[in-house]
Amino acid sequence: MADKPNPREAETPAPCEIGTEQLRVRAGKEEILKGITLSARRGEIVSIIGPAGAGKTTFLRCLNRMAELDLDLAVSGRVLLDGRPVGDLNVAALRRQVGMVFSVPTPLPMTVYENLVFGIRLVARGRNGFDEHVENSLRAAYLWDEMKDRLNEPARNLSGGQQQRLCLARSLALEPRVLLLDEPCSGLDPISTAKIEEALQELKERLAVILVTNNVKQAARASDRTAFFLFGELVELGPTHRLFTTPTHPRTADYITGRFG
Amino acid sequence: MRDRKSSYRPMHAAGRSGAWGDRVARVLITGSAMLAIVSLILIFIFIGKEALPIFTSAEIQEEANIRNLFLPQSAGGGAAAEYTWQPVSELPKYSILPLLVGTLKVTIIASLIAIPLAVLAALYTAEFAPTWARETVKPAIELLAGIPSVVVGFFCLMVLADWLQGAFGWTFRLNAMTAGIGLSLAVIPIVYTVCEDAFSSVPQAYRDGSVAMGASSWQTASRVVLPAAMPGVLAACVLGFGRAIGETMIVLMASGNAAILSWLPTDSIRTFSATIAAELGEVVVGSPHYHVLFFIGAFLFVITFAINLFGHWWVGRLQKKLQGAS
Amino acid sequence: MADRTRLVGGAFQSLCILACVLIILMLAVILGDIVVHGLGTVTFSFLTKAPETGMTGGGIFPAIFGTFALVVLMTIAVIPLGVATAIYMHEYAPKRSRVVQMVRLAIQNLAGVPAIVFGLFGLGFFIEFIGRGMDRVFYGGELVYGQPAIVWAALTMALLTMPTVVVATEEALRAIPQSYREVAYSLGATRWQMIRCVVLPQAIGGILTGGILAVSRGSGEVAPVMFTGAAYFLPELPARLNSQFMELGYHVYVMTTQSPDVEATKPILYATVLVLLALTFLLNFSAIMIRAQIRKRLRHGR
Repeated sequence: MADKPNPREAETPAPCEIGTEQLRVRAGKEEILKGITLSARRGEIVSIIGPAGAGKTTFLRCLNRMAELDLDLAVSGRVLLDGRPVGDLNVAALRRQVGMVFSVPTPLPMTVYENLVFGIRLVARGRNGFDEHVENSLRAAYLWDEMKDRLNEPARNLSGGQQQRLCLARSLALEPRVLLLDEPCSGLDPISTAKIEEALQELKERLAVILVTNNVKQAARASDRTAFFLFGELVELGPTHRLFTTPTHPRTADYITGRFG
Repeated sequence: MRDRKSSYRPMHAAGRSGAWGDRVARVLITGSAMLAIVSLILIFIFIGKEALPIFTSAEIQEEANIRNLFLPQSAGGGAAAEYTWQPVSELPKYSILPLLVGTLKVTIIASLIAIPLAVLAALYTAEFAPTWARETVKPAIELLAGIPSVVVGFFCLMVLADWLQGAFGWTFRLNAMTAGIGLSLAVIPIVYTVCEDAFSSVPQAYRDGSVAMGASSWQTASRVVLPAAMPGVLAACVLGFGRAIGETMIVLMASGNAAILSWLPTDSIRTFSATIAAELGEVVVGSPHYHVLFFIGAFLFVITFAINLFGHWWVGRLQKKLQGAS
Repeated sequence: MADRTRLVGGAFQSLCILACVLIILMLAVILGDIVVHGLGTVTFSFLTKAPETGMTGGGIFPAIFGTFALVVLMTIAVIPLGVATAIYMHEYAPKRSRVVQMVRLAIQNLAGVPAIVFGLFGLGFFIEFIGRGMDRVFYGGELVYGQPAIVWAALTMALLTMPTVVVATEEALRAIPQSYREVAYSLGATRWQMIRCVVLPQAIGGILTGGILAVSRGSGEVAPVMFTGAAYFLPELPARLNSQFMELGYHVYVMTTQSPDVEATKPILYATVLVLLALTFLLNFSAIMIRAQIRKRLRHGR
């Protein structure tokens, strides 16, 4: 099942770090993010936990500039990819390097294969010849064995867990350097959840992963560092093990023990 | 299968990002959207332009000016001044008053028939009707809306006119009543559609509240739904009126086309739209008559424009109010 | 008291039902009369032959062909314009922006402008301004495009039917889940790529509905083409963009009002009306069916 390392990855050993400095987002008078400084680099999974309305999803959407689609949001502060402000990059090129998986499985109304090559076809010459990409990304998402004979089926026909892994594979097909996951397992069964978490452990070797999750246990299981968001502020950030055993902030302790209101 | 070399390079893909196509598409699409505004302005300019000589050109004004469009005109030789539309005669007379009266007459008749029918039918389908009845009435209205007006005009002229004359013994076979009945067929769909929208945008909570207090479905419909949707119903009437004023083929074929100044519903009439349709084909481009016809067109355009603006503004306000309440 | 309430309620409901019955009855009477009188004359040769002996014999093929040519030209103009306008309002412009409000207002008002005013506009703008202008610039003042022609009639008709296409397309765009758009963006699509690869394929049903409704409207409307290109009788079919043409609706109008012998033309007249009616109904019916499918998907899709 293991994914074979991509040869081109070795040619460009980019340091790969994505992060923010004093990121502020406001919607009208309401401040959604109040100066967040947080970064993730290759080789680690950073999870973000916090109650609903803490700004986790908005934070994630600032990283690949999806927040720009909502014109009510005013973003200030800096978002950096390898030290370069993401605003300097071509938006489309940025989003190919920073993949995203949404909280609800969102296969496009096409076949499995077409979903997987969707991003590639937008930029690559020719319409075919991507079979290797398809196979690699499906293997990386732990979906190859289930999908190899179903590539021409409508993606809608898959189960929820398969759909979400297809979405993961679809992002991976573009060979991104950062992967953003927005509560990717919120509606999934334990087996699919386990497969995604397992996949992430292998993926972090070649890309930076930021995982927003509502499930505190998932953060504890799957991540290397954990950030706790509350009302738009980064309350605490630290190695996952440390944060879950000896949280420094009482609010963090309340939240991870489930005492939070 | 795997031997073909993929052409995708993640790091270098930025070069072919489709940014150029994106820019072209944005310009083309935005331009097309602006065309709607532009064409409305062009309509105004180009119809206004041809109507303008009535106000500005001394030569045209000798025959047709604002005074003899609206005031009585003597045929000369001491004859009594009267309102007459006689553009093709030795001394052309351009009083548009008979046309105005004819237009109003037929529009009012059509509205009086169409509005009650359409409002009640809409209320029925929105409030009382079982599904099968709704699924019959709605497509029927859509089909009605799809009948070309020339077909309605044909029917009025060939069939309805004889029936009505046979039943009531009217002097004129083609008259305002005949045309008004035909015209109502063109008005019913629009009044119905706008009303139906208004009724179904009344929040369900209003009805539940009323029924919970022991009101019957008829009481709910008449005391809760109808008042809440009243602005929408009024807007529907206004829009229906606007549709009726401009409709051409039905009145052209079924109204008799005689410009008689009378309020009697059984007299023949000639409307603004029918006048344009009947006379523009034979008129000399640039003659006073030509400009008067464009003046009538501009008049029609401005009236229907104002009516539509007002009607849609009203509908929008109602929807905002009801959405805020739900 | 309760009895009176029920009585009034019953009377009111009956009144509502009566209104529905009356409307359907009017529809049925018109359709019935035309079908009964027209059906006997609609034969294959009627549909494929030209009029003969002063419109009292022969068929209506030139009118069918002219109508067909008119709506084809109209469709070529109206679909791109209407679809682009809907896409602009729904996909490009910020919601609630002033520009969108103005475009929407323009569309609504365009839909309310009387057909005869479009006819005036077609004459004043397309023929007298554009056509004459083209003649002056390209043909040295020779009369080529500055006269009633099928291309001007089609463009006038396109303007008239544009709101239909816009409204139907917008409804289809609204039915597409927002998540599809976000996914496309997240995979590095530009806005146009997102529209081309995700939005347009999904909206094709709505575009089709709008197109069919526009064609139906365009093939029945007479007032806009009266002065812009329709002719009573032509020995030849329209072959060039600046030819005049025969149109079914106009044919009905002229035969009804200007025939020297109404009784002799009656069977042919009825048959022509039936053909026109069948054409528009067929188009409307298919549009209604497609739209019902889309609405079903909209309800269950989310």
